[in-house]
Amino acid sequence: MLTNGGSSQNGVVYDVKGLNLWYGNDQALKDINLKIEENEVTAIIGPSGCGKSTFIKTLNRMVDNIPIVRTSGKIFYHGVNIFDKTVKLEELRTTVGMVFQKPNPFPKSIFENVVYGPKIHGIRNKKQLMEIAEESLKSAALWDEVKDRLHDNAYGLSGGQQQRLCIARSLAIQPDVLLMDEPTSALDPIATNRIEELIDELKNNYTIAIVTHSMQQAARISDKTAFFLMGELIEFSDTKKIFTTPEDKRTEDYITGRFG
Amino acid sequence: MNKAVNVRDIIKKNIKSKKNKTEKIMPNIFLLSASISILTTIGILVTLIIDSYKFFAEVPVKEIFSINLAPLSKNPSFGILPLINGTIITSLIAMCVAVPVGLTAAMYLSEFASEKSRKTLKPIMEVLAGIPTIVYGFFAYSFVTPLLMRLIPSLEAKNALSPGIVMGIMIIPLVASLSEDAMSSVPNSMREGALALGSTKLEVTLKVVVPAAISGIIASFVLAISRAIGETMIVTIASGSSKTLTFDITQSMQTMTAYIVEFTSGDAGIGTGYYSLYAVGLILFLFTLLMNLIAQYISHKYREEY
Amino acid sequence: MAYQSKLKSDEINNELNDVEHGKTFLNKEITNERMEKRILLDKVARKVFSLSTVFALIVLGILFYRIGTQSIGWLDLKFLTSNLSIFPEKAGIYGAIIGSVWLMAVVIPVTLLLGVSTAIYLEEYANQGKFQSFIKTNISNLAGVPSVIFGLLGLTVFRRLFDLGSSILAGGLTLSLLVLPIIVVASQEAIRAVPGFLRDGAYAMGATKWTTIRTVVLPASLPGILTGCILAISRAIGETAPLVVLGIPTLILRIPDSIMSDFTALPIQIYYWTLDTVLTPQYANLAAATIVVLLVVLLLMNSVAIFIRIKFQRRY
Repeated sequence: MLTNGGSSQNGVVYDVKGLNLWYGNDQALKDINLKIEENEVTAIIGPSGCGKSTFIKTLNRMVDNIPIVRTSGKIFYHGVNIFDKTVKLEELRTTVGMVFQKPNPFPKSIFENVVYGPKIHGIRNKKQLMEIAEESLKSAALWDEVKDRLHDNAYGLSGGQQQRLCIARSLAIQPDVLLMDEPTSALDPIATNRIEELIDELKNNYTIAIVTHSMQQAARISDKTAFFLMGELIEFSDTKKIFTTPEDKRTEDYITGRFG
Repeated sequence: MNKAVNVRDIIKKNIKSKKNKTEKIMPNIFLLSASISILTTIGILVTLIIDSYKFFAEVPVKEIFSINLAPLSKNPSFGILPLINGTIITSLIAMCVAVPVGLTAAMYLSEFASEKSRKTLKPIMEVLAGIPTIVYGFFAYSFVTPLLMRLIPSLEAKNALSPGIVMGIMIIPLVASLSEDAMSSVPNSMREGALALGSTKLEVTLKVVVPAAISGIIASFVLAISRAIGETMIVTIASGSSKTLTFDITQSMQTMTAYIVEFTSGDAGIGTGYYSLYAVGLILFLFTLLMNLIAQYISHKYREEY
Repeated sequence: MAYQSKLKSDEINNELNDVEHGKTFLNKEITNERMEKRILLDKVARKVFSLSTVFALIVLGILFYRIGTQSIGWLDLKFLTSNLSIFPEKAGIYGAIIGSVWLMAVVIPVTLLLGVSTAIYLEEYANQGKFQSFIKTNISNLAGVPSVIFGLLGLTVFRRLFDLGSSILAGGLTLSLLVLPIIVVASQEAIRAVPGFLRDGAYAMGATKWTTIRTVVLPASLPGILTGCILAISRAIGETAPLVVLGIPTLILRIPDSIMSDFTALPIQIYYWTLDTVLTPQYANLAAATIVVLLVVLLLMNSVAIFIRIKFQRRY
């Protein structure tokens, strides 16, 4: 259940090499090296302020929106360095979807939320949009709950439904990778459970990187786990190994609850 | 994966073919709009200065700072002192009404009133602030002046007192709401310290809240003066156009703003009289600008850091 | 500054401490008497202060009552639908109403376009540098410039330089510049209030900056922008001084039919009728009736603004 088996045979999606990141003069990420592989769930854990959120936001360059951020090092996405000048940010972000900590649907209808991506990228055909909406909502396990009220405001949904709507919204542009930044931290246990089940289904078709503050969640859903501490990647290996026989003393301290 | 629509490919194609033109043009359009506001300021300064220059070139300085204002006589004279006098006197009367009423109203709203009455009284104040000045002008001339005439029989039909009072009423909301903002931002811990020692609310208000909020309160007074100086229609209608220098508030006196209105609405041809408008406008502009800058300076410099 | 205000509060505390220490030396009766006085003073002050606040209400009441009664018998359908006349009984404000509507037809699109674009630039594109704070200071100063000065600007630039005469276009542009700061500030606040996580949602979908603004930021800030727009229009529709300075003619008998027509507007009409009450006392009634029309329009607009504010309060 935990591992997908023989992960090394899969292709490498992300290859992070010597990544450093500064907020002004504060270094938030120090010499990160890690590989994210196809159709796996990679969990990123660590105490708050360890840089795990910053790291995942670097993978689709959302950190670029913060003016004081500087980076060095390379992140290869399917062999292309995403910091390369020839890489179009918009294009990168259409192949790498992102789900945020707090559900953030737009103040529009459920339907408009799902087809937002396809629409801004030039798909106008109503029939096509409807097909995309149905498919994405089905993939996000939300279709049955909302199919009769697609044109209601998205803010009428519960928190868990809103988060699944945000996942559907990301799926609508058919990305290869889904980045999730603590997607269940604002949700109750039942809603969290549904999202976790959904992640388990989605990993058949997508590569997923998920930041989580819950070690149990990481243990339940991920194939690989990366442990961050104070901007450094302390340990990265199979989830099973991390949670049974960690190599680093600090990893052990963290997962046994001695700090953080 | 069997997708009904291959969004991936469509998007890829669209992003590749999409020209980044709008993305580059839009910021420039916005910048252009933003610079309109700067152009407006430049426009005001340039028009005022160019045409004032023509005025100052023709009229000797000694005449400008005299009390003889007779722009339409055969031997015209352009002393500006009567206008400045009229402006200052009407503004002072306005402040005599607006400061005590506005400040005590602010104290009431911030310190004494319940949340509920605050929520009903404030919007009513705002209604008062939203009434066009022409309406106040009509009110001053057709109601307040006749009313005052019963008290002061010597009052002229056009006088400085009535528009001064009405102008004061008009700026009460300005003083009240700005002072109230300053007072409500005084932290409760400061009040509680004094209240715990047995001070009454009044003592807390006068000895703790007002001193702590004093910069905001003074800034509101300065803005009120600026508003009174620049107010046009009330004084034009109710204070008349007498160009003699007098300190008698029962008499008509002309303000700078009223002078500008009188001279443009009459079809004054281009000449010294016409340029005098701009000279008066320039002085008025500088007066109000100075006041606004002072108000900004006070509220920035002495912004309380609790 | 923080240090100074701390000093201030220390002073106050010392003063209060003195009062407390004093107590032990004071005869209890004297203290009680003093206390009663203080409490009485407090009560009186509360009454006086509340009267100040109510004063505004009373004046408002008198103003509405007075103008209302003056307009009785004059304000009827005929008054609204007939044109100007030198005979008070026959005079109506149809021309002035149409003139005001035309004016707003210039002011609304011009201020909305310029105001919202300026706000977008300041909030989304300008870096937080000197240029941005320069524009901001400039706008707040423009808001404090007396309206009569805008009249002089309009007179020189629109009337003389661009040769627009005393047309609706000249008047509308002048008023637009006057109320521009109102709509800029309101739009800035509305745009700033759009939470960052909505923008992030759009950016993460590969939206460009302008697409994000167009599809997420502007729709979310629309209620705030509209409220600001209504505030700006309410200011513009009652403005008199700039139009008078522009030289809007006294008596216009033709109903305006294009933005290049000469015109009269509601406040202008009030002004000229008020000026002439000395000659024809009935003009005061005409002015009052026109004021009622103007105030009703303003009231309606403000109700719409309040409605928008309540209806679209965000619940993110």
